[in-house]
Amino acid sequence: MSENTAEQLATKQRDISVAEFFERNRHLLGFDNKRKALLTVVKEAVDNAIDACEEAKKLPEINIQIIDMGNDRYRIIIEDNGPGIVKKQIPNIFAKLLYGSKFHTMKQARGQQGIGISAAVLYAQLTTGRPAKIWSKISIGKPAHYYELHIDTQSNKPEILKDEETEWKEDTGVKIELDIEANYQKGDQSVDSYLKQTAIANPHVTIIYTNPKAEQFIFARASEQLPKEPTEIKPHPYGVEIGILIKMLKATEARTIQSFLTNEFSRVGAGTAKEICDKAGLFTNMKPKDLQLPHVEKLIEGIKSTKIIAPSTDCITPIGDQLLEAGLRKEIPAEFYISVSRSPTVYKGIPFVIETALAYGGDQPGDKTVRLLRFANRVPLLYQQGSCASTKAVTQTNWRSYGLSQSQNSLPVGSLTIVVSLVSVWPPFTSEAKEAIAHYDEIIKEMKLALQEAGRKLGAYVNKKRKIAVQQERVSIFENYIPEVASALSNLSGIGKQNIQEAMKSMLEKNKEYIQAHKESHKVEKTEKQDKEDQIKLGGFDE
Amino acid sequence: MNKKAKESLENLGKDLVKKILAKKPPILDVPIRSLSNVNYDEKTQTLQLGEKTSERNFFNVSHSKKFLQTLEVAAVSKGLIEDNKNTSLRDVFYMIKRTIPNTKTNIVDEQTESDSAIEDLEAITGLSRELLHINAKASGMVSGKVIIEDLGDSIDWSKMGSGGWAIPSNVENITFKKVDANYVLYMEKDAVWQRLHQDKFWEKNKCIIISSQGQTTRGIRRLLQRLSQEYKLPIYVLADFDPWGFYIYSVIKYGSINLAHMSNEMTLTEARFLGITAEDIENYDLKKHLIAFKEVDIKRIKQLQNYDWFKDHKGWQNQFKKMLAMKAKAEIQALSSRGLSFISEKYLPEKIKKGEYLE
Repeated sequence: MSENTAEQLATKQRDISVAEFFERNRHLLGFDNKRKALLTVVKEAVDNAIDACEEAKKLPEINIQIIDMGNDRYRIIIEDNGPGIVKKQIPNIFAKLLYGSKFHTMKQARGQQGIGISAAVLYAQLTTGRPAKIWSKISIGKPAHYYELHIDTQSNKPEILKDEETEWKEDTGVKIELDIEANYQKGDQSVDSYLKQTAIANPHVTIIYTNPKAEQFIFARASEQLPKEPTEIKPHPYGVEIGILIKMLKATEARTIQSFLTNEFSRVGAGTAKEICDKAGLFTNMKPKDLQLPHVEKLIEGIKSTKIIAPSTDCITPIGDQLLEAGLRKEIPAEFYISVSRSPTVYKGIPFVIETALAYGGDQPGDKTVRLLRFANRVPLLYQQGSCASTKAVTQTNWRSYGLSQSQNSLPVGSLTIVVSLVSVWPPFTSEAKEAIAHYDEIIKEMKLALQEAGRKLGAYVNKKRKIAVQQERVSIFENYIPEVASALSNLSGIGKQNIQEAMKSMLEKNKEYIQAHKESHKVEKTEKQDKEDQIKLGGFDE
Repeated sequence: MNKKAKESLENLGKDLVKKILAKKPPILDVPIRSLSNVNYDEKTQTLQLGEKTSERNFFNVSHSKKFLQTLEVAAVSKGLIEDNKNTSLRDVFYMIKRTIPNTKTNIVDEQTESDSAIEDLEAITGLSRELLHINAKASGMVSGKVIIEDLGDSIDWSKMGSGGWAIPSNVENITFKKVDANYVLYMEKDAVWQRLHQDKFWEKNKCIIISSQGQTTRGIRRLLQRLSQEYKLPIYVLADFDPWGFYIYSVIKYGSINLAHMSNEMTLTEARFLGITAEDIENYDLKKHLIAFKEVDIKRIKQLQNYDWFKDHKGWQNQFKKMLAMKAKAEIQALSSRGLSFISEKYLPEKIKKGEYLE
């Protein structure tokens, strides 16, 4: 799939206009329909805003406003408190497709292809003809810059309609205003839901959101702690596929296999490189470009049989079990929360971390399928739930043993929200639309382990709760029956009702001795029942 | 007023209160009235309740309601005894039916629940329903040259017009003044009884004829037992040639599972099965009037074959075998094919004279 990225499509086809490119690829870019277009525009702007704030080590505060202009037109205004953008970069970032620095680096980030925000600008231009309006301010002393931009659809270059200095009350930050053709609906795939979920996975972010119905939501931050800054890393030898290894061998500048291994991979020193070569039966001084396919296969085997330290994990910043729980706690009212953060591991040499959190009970309906919230690098995934690895991991987990109901190969039913989050320098998606996590065995396995660990704790809680409920029900049965029994007994024995009732109540107080289920009696009751059934089978011969 | 019955109910209450005041769990020991606890006693030739009891502990959620139902019935019964009134099963149901305060639970929802509580009470106390002053509805007719006294009235069973005397569900309190009969003939079909009554069969043959409609009620069974025990009259049973008819006889003679705890008051070990038998079908040419067996009939006859009291009984096994071979059954009324009064003028006198019956 990655051979066909939108970028490559675009570079191959320089002679066609970006407008045409957009039309051809709108499904990959998230503009399939009007409803999704609204979400995509908000999503791209919010992702960029949070990334920018984090890079500048500022706690993000994002203000989002969507105004219904009538006739399926919406004005979207998004403002952040980030570092702002230097003047000369503004036109390129907003009005040139595929301009960006994030593509093909081994570093965890929200946006990946540098395609997002300029595509939103182009979409606005194509549907309403209105320019993008940008405000940016980079320091307190300096004035803000205001741009009105179009994209030249023939040359893929910014077309500057307005360029002014202006006053802006904030210290630093960026504000963007776009008019687009769109459709606003509530529901699981709405902007409302997207922002709520963003708040869950990013507990350090404050989001102030006014939707088209003029309802304002404030998702206040639950943590003052910025995520640790991710760093770039080289791939880890474990899990590197033969094809990638061949490409790397061709591209490397190293002169020997030993230096190739130490230079191009993380966690490989001279000693480890020598061990790999020894086990592969290759000379350490062979030239990488001379390696033939059989040699490469041997090299892969050498890697597999050598013990290599796990990849460095400072390149990824998991949300952290406590923060993920805090995020869930503030947005999903429930009675029981649990979160699990797994240790980093790798798929195809790429490190990743799986985290999961559960919110159980509260007002969540108990007779419906559980709510599954999926995240990749803290970005909520709202579409393609069915084809996502996390869905597979949830359906393959046996929730019945944790006190929920579940039919074969489906999501469990119960009063539960399940969060599955993947954080990685390069999250694998099923398609360029980045809507579902691809089915790698290593990823699904980690997800299942995380879900099982959380599930066991949930099961303990559910069982305990059930026991208490049964106990309470029993006590209330006895409380209500006691006066009836006391008055019948008083009638039979001639002893005062009050005495009997008090004695029975005090027995109930010291409950456990009496409220226990008498196993033997149950047995008798059961055989009694069985016998009754047998009797019926006899053919109703009796009176 | 039956003092013994009243005391027995009072003691039931006192025992439980004593346990409660001693902080011991209130438990009723209820004899289990089901197949697993009913045995055929060879010596008395009756079905008898076994030793097994089930503990009914109020402080056990699955018992609480039944525990309450049993006490409610006991309290109702005690009141009836004190007031010297009788009432029906249906009345008892309404007397204890109410919603428990603060709950949505009714003490009883259906009459089967109160009926079962009454049977439990019988088993716990050893008192029959009649002694508890609870009656079923009257169903059954009797006529014959007998004079009885019931509640101070003198009743002559030979002067009841076309209807006969309706047998009450409680026959404990009637006294026999004059019994002029050689035997008792009990039949499951009311229509047959009407025929015999119209033909003054009881007068011509010096007997008592009794009918029920289908199952033999407790009142009829007690009446049969009293006539048998107090006047040593042979009791003949006339029933259909089918598994049902055989079972009616079985219940009269050996008792039933549900009422095993009352076997001594109910069973009639001397009861004789007069007909219809497999031989009758031969001898009286009833073959044309057979009704084909259904699957369920075959199953029932096989069950009868395996009952402890029939297992080694050659006469009955012979009947079952022949019935299975015929794969058919016959009603008493099949005899009417030989003429309306064939049964009263020919069949019955002949059978009784020859002593053709099963025991």
